[in-house]
Amino acid sequence: MSIDWHALGTVFVVTLVATVGLVGVFTLGIVATGRRGGSASAASASSGSPASSGPSASSDPSGTGGGAALLARTGGWVCFAACAAAVAYGIHLIVG
Amino acid sequence: MEHITLLIGIVIVTALVFDFTNGFHDTANAMATTISTGALKPKTAVAMSAVLNLVGAFLSVEVAKTISGGIIDESSGIKPEVIFAGLVGAIVWNLLTWLAGLPSSSSHALFGGLIGATLVSVGAHGVHGDAVVMKVLIPAVAAPFVAGLAAMLATRLTYRIGRDADPEATSRGYRAGQIASAGLVSLAHGTNDAQKTMGVITLALITGGVVAPHSDPPLWVIVSAGSAIALGTYIGGWRIIRTMGKGITDIQPQQGFAAQTGAAATILASSHLGFALSTTQVCSGSVMGAGLGRSGAVVRWSTAGRMVAAWAFTLPAAGLVAAGTALLADQGTWGVTTVAVLGLAVCAVIRTASRRKPVTSANVNDDGAVATAGTVGAVEPQGAVTAAIAAVIPPPAGPVAPATDAPATA
Repeated sequence: MSIDWHALGTVFVVTLVATVGLVGVFTLGIVATGRRGGSASAASASSGSPASSGPSASSDPSGTGGGAALLARTGGWVCFAACAAAVAYGIHLIVG
Repeated sequence: MEHITLLIGIVIVTALVFDFTNGFHDTANAMATTISTGALKPKTAVAMSAVLNLVGAFLSVEVAKTISGGIIDESSGIKPEVIFAGLVGAIVWNLLTWLAGLPSSSSHALFGGLIGATLVSVGAHGVHGDAVVMKVLIPAVAAPFVAGLAAMLATRLTYRIGRDADPEATSRGYRAGQIASAGLVSLAHGTNDAQKTMGVITLALITGGVVAPHSDPPLWVIVSAGSAIALGTYIGGWRIIRTMGKGITDIQPQQGFAAQTGAAATILASSHLGFALSTTQVCSGSVMGAGLGRSGAVVRWSTAGRMVAAWAFTLPAAGLVAAGTALLADQGTWGVTTVAVLGLAVCAVIRTASRRKPVTSANVNDDGAVATAGTVGAVEPQGAVTAAIAAVIPPPAGPVAPATDAPATA
């Protein structure tokens, strides 16, 4: 009887990296897109689908550093896109 | 479909019943945290899970081959009676753990049942011991640790990154992420567990000489197995959902997201490498990990301990029931009939017992319903009797439960 430690170790490492990485990236996305998360953006975001409400919050941070906010939001959406890609890869793994 | 004897027909029906119990036993894995954080309403969550289970059943037949060709030696003279006995053992154990609200592994119940019945009827040479250790025991022990550690680190990380963020604004994002990873878990569950039943039915067909050894499951097997597990999932094992969503620890959206993502990653990584991994242990482990990862959160080790005990007992207990059943079923037609009657009687008794303290979509979040008080409760009109009974149910967590309000503010 031989225990396949290599496969077990691979599973362990892959799981750890994937989970921590995905959760980290997704959280960055949440923080970045919800940055000026005052009451206005929270209220405007509470209606509407979970993934598509970021742009709707773009109206209020007009005065304070619009460029930085835009950069943060773009970065946030890049993070979400990366997570979506990971989900797609997951589905690919399930199918394949 | 010709040449199917009555006995094989009974085996197929029993396998589908097992598949059904598997579905409602494992709804909790994908949806418990989603329901307890309020990311989805209970009914919506189980409906989504059911659809994804059904879809998942059609996606791959990789595991189905492993079950019929790996753990039990198909050429050692396994008869349909043996498979029947194994299934009865698995169903009985599944129902018992469901009554207790414990998320035990349906796969282990199935393996245990099959192994017990094979040992009695065929002898030790009918079981591939190496395959059992490598494909069942080791992943079962490793899975909760792997998933738990991943979920714990992910929980820490997400609280650290998001510590300055507005919780109102971020919780929606967490819920969306949680729904996505819960969907992945459901899909993977469909491909994994529906296939186990397909594997068993295929094994029965092989032993009955209906299909050739090592062949893929026929289409009607895939369709019926997928439907059975989806139906079971939709019915929802609310008792187990409550244990996992509320009993182990109190889950905030961040934790739910981390736990669910950890579970999805573990399941995908391991199934990609060919392990027949137990979804239950992965998900329970990741929920515990998420509980450990948030400072101030309370993991109720008494509940966790009972759960782990149930895991340890699952394989031998289902094996014992199946061994006894196999002894009876080997006696011929009257034996099989006796087993069927006894099995139905046990199911009826357990069902009656469950009616005394029903747990439904309406009261699944009752224990320490801190974050979700507004979103559930009005899902279904409760009968007066149900409401009265629900009011006197002792919370599964026992004496720790009254403290549930405190950590939620931490």
